[in-house]
Amino acid sequence: MIIDARWSRAIAMLPARQAAHLGVSAAALALAIIVAVPLIMLMVARPRLRAPVLAAAAVVQTIPSLALLALFYPFLLLVGGLTQRLAGFGVPALGLLPSLLALALYALLPLVRGGIDGLASVPPETLDAADGIGMTRRQRLFHVELPLAAPIVVGGLRVAAVWTIGAATLATTVGQKSLGDLIFAGLQIEDWALVVTGCIAAALLAIIVDMALWRAETGLAERRWKKAALGGAMLVALVAGVVGWYWDGRAPAAAGRPVVVGAKSFGEQYILAELIAARLRAQGVPVVVRSGLGSAVAFRALAAGDIDVYVDYSGTLWDNALGMNTVVPRAQMLADLRRELPRRHKVVVAASLGFENAYALAMRRADADRLGIVSLADLAVRAPRLRLASDTEFQSRAEWQSLQAVYGLRFARMTAFTPTLMVRALTGGDADVITAFSSDGRIAADDLVLLTDPKGALPAYDALLLVGPRRPDLAARLQRLEGAIPVAAMREANWQVDRDADKQTPGQAAAWLARMIERTRKPPG
Amino acid sequence: MLKTMSPASPNTAAMIDFAGVTVQRAGTSIIDNVSLSLPAGSFVALTGASGAGKTTLLRLANAMVTPDAGRVSIDGADIAAADAARLRRGIGYASQGIGLFPHWTVAENIAAVPWLLRQDRATTAARVATLLDLVELPRSFADRFPRQLSGGQASRVGLARALAAAPRLLLLDEPFGALDPETRASLGDRLVALHCDQGLTTVMVTHDLADALLRAERVVVLDKGRVVGDGSPAAMVASTHPAVMALIASPIDQAQRLAALRGSGAQ
Repeated sequence: MIIDARWSRAIAMLPARQAAHLGVSAAALALAIIVAVPLIMLMVARPRLRAPVLAAAAVVQTIPSLALLALFYPFLLLVGGLTQRLAGFGVPALGLLPSLLALALYALLPLVRGGIDGLASVPPETLDAADGIGMTRRQRLFHVELPLAAPIVVGGLRVAAVWTIGAATLATTVGQKSLGDLIFAGLQIEDWALVVTGCIAAALLAIIVDMALWRAETGLAERRWKKAALGGAMLVALVAGVVGWYWDGRAPAAAGRPVVVGAKSFGEQYILAELIAARLRAQGVPVVVRSGLGSAVAFRALAAGDIDVYVDYSGTLWDNALGMNTVVPRAQMLADLRRELPRRHKVVVAASLGFENAYALAMRRADADRLGIVSLADLAVRAPRLRLASDTEFQSRAEWQSLQAVYGLRFARMTAFTPTLMVRALTGGDADVITAFSSDGRIAADDLVLLTDPKGALPAYDALLLVGPRRPDLAARLQRLEGAIPVAAMREANWQVDRDADKQTPGQAAAWLARMIERTRKPPG
Repeated sequence: MLKTMSPASPNTAAMIDFAGVTVQRAGTSIIDNVSLSLPAGSFVALTGASGAGKTTLLRLANAMVTPDAGRVSIDGADIAAADAARLRRGIGYASQGIGLFPHWTVAENIAAVPWLLRQDRATTAARVATLLDLVELPRSFADRFPRQLSGGQASRVGLARALAAAPRLLLLDEPFGALDPETRASLGDRLVALHCDQGLTTVMVTHDLADALLRAERVVVLDKGRVVGDGSPAAMVASTHPAVMALIASPIDQAQRLAALRGSGAQ
């Protein structure tokens, strides 16, 4: 029955994402075509430009699409800043625009390549005949070259369409609604029903569009009008579906922009976003949640007003928002952030939630007790004979440098794993120590011990509720969350979402967390 | 010099003049100061070894190649002054590759020039039927696509396309080059008949001297971009120019070897 509930939740999320996904893909493809056509014409007129233009398009293709999307965000912020200053209007840096630009840029190569190769495929004697019987350049292009190039041109278009629909799942990371919402959320909270539903929906979309384009093209080429019409009708129906859905969805939203609650792409963030959203809704504030934001994107999105409220961590902000790389005591970091964030970014720290999600080292309780290890200092003595399983980025992070410098920590062996496998390595006996996050739900569940940090080598990662410049009123509305979430409660909520048996949705975990908060608050009130 | 073949309507055929024409490519003259006058109604074969400049000379006549020096005129008017596309619509053109438009039917291919000239549909349809008859193809071929045609059939369609808008000048570049000898002979005969009936000036490039000598009334031999022989087939056979003699020697040599083979087989 749990399985059924999960699938029905995933399927309930589909229509809106499906429509948005198709919408952003179609728009990106249309934009790419608008750019590709003059480029192709230019290269036909000046063959010398062909090599550099194709090379440039190929270079774009080698940038991972995830990175390309992420790069457009700071770029658009910069452009938006310039237009604001020069022309008095900003440019939205989050959501549709960066997705559109990145996807269009990505679709450019197959389109241009298809166009060029298609035109080059027209036999020279056919071109000679076209000139020889007295066709003008334009007549030759439209009546001979383009029809004959069509199969290859449409081949490029089909590749571009399939790529775009696939890559559009990544638009989630810059805050554009897409089928990626299901995939990213599902991956983070290990809800495979979400992941599978998102993937199948995206694949089906790609296959249908590919088939429709193929039918339209071969129908035209073979002059089988019925087939061509069917392909065309499939495309029109898809686009009409999108437009219809938007029309339907837009009408009630006219009342004014709702508050946008942001969440980065991991379970705890999803839960906290739902918690904040529920709290605001209870106060009658219309809310939408934009989840799955890239870690670097989230803070800039808040400062730029693309989202209005989200939770970030003091150590992360210390580095990302203030550009500091020193390790300072917890209280000082908090005080500096409370002072500097409003001054530099017009972002307010509305509440410190009361728990940390800090880097820490963890051991099995039995091992720690047997070896008498409580702190990192104790560990340093034993570490040369112990094996560390870390996450993939730990060894390149400042935290590891600091641990080596402060405690002289050295391990017998260090291996990098994905988070889930890292915990398995520890519980399975393949490692003795792992890197962990202090609010991770598995710590209590797997009976792990977090080692204390008496010399303060690891920076603090207090969870801070941040409010952006567009809705300063939110700070007062959410004030009661100050110190409201003890780390044990956060761990339990995270575990409800992470575990395999009796897995809860982030919304359910948030509701549980909210009840906990109210219960602990009762005695004073 | 000209054998009179008395075309059906001699007044309509065009007259071409090449005056001191030179074409240069990569520093060398591929047509070297050629002067040639082709009177209205003549059937001229351009021949010579590979790379002699035959095709280039032909393509000068419909502005597919522009001269670096000299001038080409049709009926006394310099073609450089005319709009190239419009000029070409008045000249029948068929090249070695034929270049039928693969996405168009036989009828649409034949009707290409009338369509460019915006002639009305009914007239064009009737014209297509007449042309299929003229090139001896069944009218049922009208709806076929080029990929459904044999080489000989495609050549006939190419010829029909060149004749569709009733040109006064017909330029043919190895029109039957890739065909078997029998089809070639039959099409060659058809061409000569059409030349007379339609009142054309015909210039045909061929590397096959026998073809040139047996069909044309005038043969022009090119060698390294220069005219090295110009006259009736009989005059050419009598020529003492080494390049012309070499060209003529090759089919004669071939015929002799065939005769010898037949002799040895009989014994």
